[in-house]
Amino acid sequence: MLRRILAALATLLGVAVFVFIMLRAIPGNQITAGLGTEAAALTPAQQQQLEAYYGLDQPLIVQFFSWLGNVFTGNLGFSARAQQSVLELTAQSLPVTIELAIFSIVLALLIGIPLGMLSASRPDSPRDAFGQVVGLAGLSIPAFLLATTLLAVLASSFGFNPNGEGYAYLVDDPWLNLQQMLLPSIVLGFGIAAPIMRTTRTAVLEIRSNDFIRTAKAKGVPPRRLQAKHVLGNALVPIVTMTGLQFGYLLGGAVVVEQIFSLPGIGRQVLLGIQQKEYALVQSTVLIIALSFVIVNLLTDVLYRMIDPRVRAA
Amino acid sequence: MNGGNRGVRGALAAVGLAAAVALTITGCSPAKPAPTDEGTAGGALVIGVTSDPDTLFPWKATQFQAVNVLQNLYGTLTEFDADLNVVPGLAESWEASEDGLTVTFTLREGVTFADGSTFGSEDVKFSLEAIQAEATAAVSRTSLASVAAIEAPDEQTVVLTLTAPDAALPANLAVINMAMLSSDDTEAELNTTPNGTGPFVLEDRKASQSLTLAKNDAYWGDAAKLDTVEFRVIPDESSIVSAMQSGNVQLAVFDDPLVAQTAESGTVTVEKTPQLSYHALQLNARRGDLADVNVRLAIQCAVDRQEVLDTAALGEGEVTGPITSPAYRSDPDARPCPERDLDQAAEYLDKAGKSDGVTIKTIVSQGEYATSVNEAQNLKAQLAEANITLELEVLESGAFVDRWIAADFDAAVALNGGRPDPDGMYGRYFTSTGNLNQVAGYSSPELDALFAEGKQSSDPDERKDIYAQISENLEDNAAWVWLFTSYSYTAASSEVQGFTPMANGSLQYLRTTTVN
Repeated sequence: MLRRILAALATLLGVAVFVFIMLRAIPGNQITAGLGTEAAALTPAQQQQLEAYYGLDQPLIVQFFSWLGNVFTGNLGFSARAQQSVLELTAQSLPVTIELAIFSIVLALLIGIPLGMLSASRPDSPRDAFGQVVGLAGLSIPAFLLATTLLAVLASSFGFNPNGEGYAYLVDDPWLNLQQMLLPSIVLGFGIAAPIMRTTRTAVLEIRSNDFIRTAKAKGVPPRRLQAKHVLGNALVPIVTMTGLQFGYLLGGAVVVEQIFSLPGIGRQVLLGIQQKEYALVQSTVLIIALSFVIVNLLTDVLYRMIDPRVRAA
Repeated sequence: MNGGNRGVRGALAAVGLAAAVALTITGCSPAKPAPTDEGTAGGALVIGVTSDPDTLFPWKATQFQAVNVLQNLYGTLTEFDADLNVVPGLAESWEASEDGLTVTFTLREGVTFADGSTFGSEDVKFSLEAIQAEATAAVSRTSLASVAAIEAPDEQTVVLTLTAPDAALPANLAVINMAMLSSDDTEAELNTTPNGTGPFVLEDRKASQSLTLAKNDAYWGDAAKLDTVEFRVIPDESSIVSAMQSGNVQLAVFDDPLVAQTAESGTVTVEKTPQLSYHALQLNARRGDLADVNVRLAIQCAVDRQEVLDTAALGEGEVTGPITSPAYRSDPDARPCPERDLDQAAEYLDKAGKSDGVTIKTIVSQGEYATSVNEAQNLKAQLAEANITLELEVLESGAFVDRWIAADFDAAVALNGGRPDPDGMYGRYFTSTGNLNQVAGYSSPELDALFAEGKQSSDPDERKDIYAQISENLEDNAAWVWLFTSYSYTAASSEVQGFTPMANGSLQYLRTTTVN
């Protein structure tokens, strides 16, 4: 366990360095991002003034370590654009993304697992083809297309557009919040259902060819129980792995879906930060995303131990 | 093809006209029978915007969304009316001395800031001096270059002493980067708590989600009719359209004609407003082959501007000369080769000794505005027929801005902002001491003299004549290749009335807007 934690810390440090370098490699800085071409009209003295204001006059190495040092003391930086600390901003945006990720994953599991089992129940039959086609559609229809189409059709034909109302936090207005989460969760869930469906299908097919299934069948275990306990139970490990991975990606912010449905999640926070070249904001937020990913991975491992005694023994 | 395009354009223009007429009629009718009937209209307006302001400090705001919000919170000494004429603002009147070297402003009485403190001449002195100070890094600093001293002899009077007459000064004072701040405020405070003299005050802000203004009851002019205005951030333009169709958003301004078209429906009308900003192929006359005026003229003669407009922007716009300010607008036909003329272009290339052709490295931004890459590709195709090779370098907008600022290009496909006064618009580009002259890549003693004359003359007709000469000079020397101006599209649902869109994109007429 200790080794895993050390490896995770090394990963996080790597992410921090990488993001820091990438951000500096992008052309432009906070001054030109704010002023655009008007920055050409700045006098040298004005330029210096602004560089000092944004801390751009410090050597890169100083910028990096002062940021990292601040992170360890819980100071993630300040967004001049939002006039709020990054910690405050993240405290608002991260729950939005977590909520969206949970709903999407639940929807994806509800679609993906039954569909996968349906497909696997009789391989190469029409019902398998149906499952495969749905899965293929989920994989190949881009999220932005599905999102804009759903939104445009529902808004213009039915006047249904909860996302046009300004975001309501779960604690403030749960009913509106759930409505606002509906369409984005469907779009994301549909996309993620595809890999889950395929993983389920493959895993179920593989488990079913095992001897113990034949034995159970011979012992007269009823088909429903056989499917649920013996087959699915043993197929869960790859499904959990796949779900954990997808959940981790979702925590990185489903940027496109958050843009289209105006959800103030963490993906949009990073995007705005990059557009505005707010270095500290982007560095800290990406670090938090990476941390979430690591935590989800650890949790997935814990889940393995719970569902599969063999992992516990190893 | 051409006829079809024109048909679409005609239809759209008709719709725009109808919308304009409708707005005018509805805008006038309630005012006539009951001119004192204020405050009953009220209502809450929601405007859909793709981004929230990147700063709330008016002296540093250049982002469109920031300017639009701040215009409603702060006041300026002078203002623009709907036709972009300069009209009194916080200054009730102003008068220049005989020699033009002293300008005396008489301030409006009874004006207060949002925090209740009184606005007076010391605030004007404080604001103008702070804008002049380099340490403030105010973006309009150079607009006050001619101001040598600022005196506040009494509470309602401000006297500016100039180094040279400056006819552009009143127009320059009307922009939000010249907002009058209270001498008690600091930038850090104003970043979170705006304190202006405008028709609205800030009520609430949720960063990157929404910003809500409330009517300022103590406003010096006619009080705003709306109770609140919410700028709601919906990052995706087509999602704004959806929000308008479902009735969540009542007003939005689009630049992209395709998006505007989709917004038009039973309850939403779209009005077109010609913009001051202009599309141009900027040439850097200080680099390589472009240093030869004949090469530049060859380029200008080889371009059919209407074709660029038709292919890149669906014909939505008007071919333009340099000056787009309504009162000084250049005649687009007053240029060498008003029509595309390949023979003439070949002749110019011959004169330059470049009959084998030239290669021009051209930077293009991607993502900054919808038509940039299409314009560049059309220009490239047209110029190829004249043996001129445009080597396009398509850059992400941040990279484009970096190169543009450094004047590191032979040519640049650009969309530049225009201004109501032609001196404010081009003085900074095409005078040898202008702060954007390096980027403009061209200046001459004749232009310097003409711009100086334009600033000195206060006679409108004389000024028109001077700026017509400037325009001609720029075209004859092919300083740049001016292409076209486009429209902005104001989409409004039927319950919105009394809003007038402006050519500079300003939303200042929110103060006369009502929602039923």
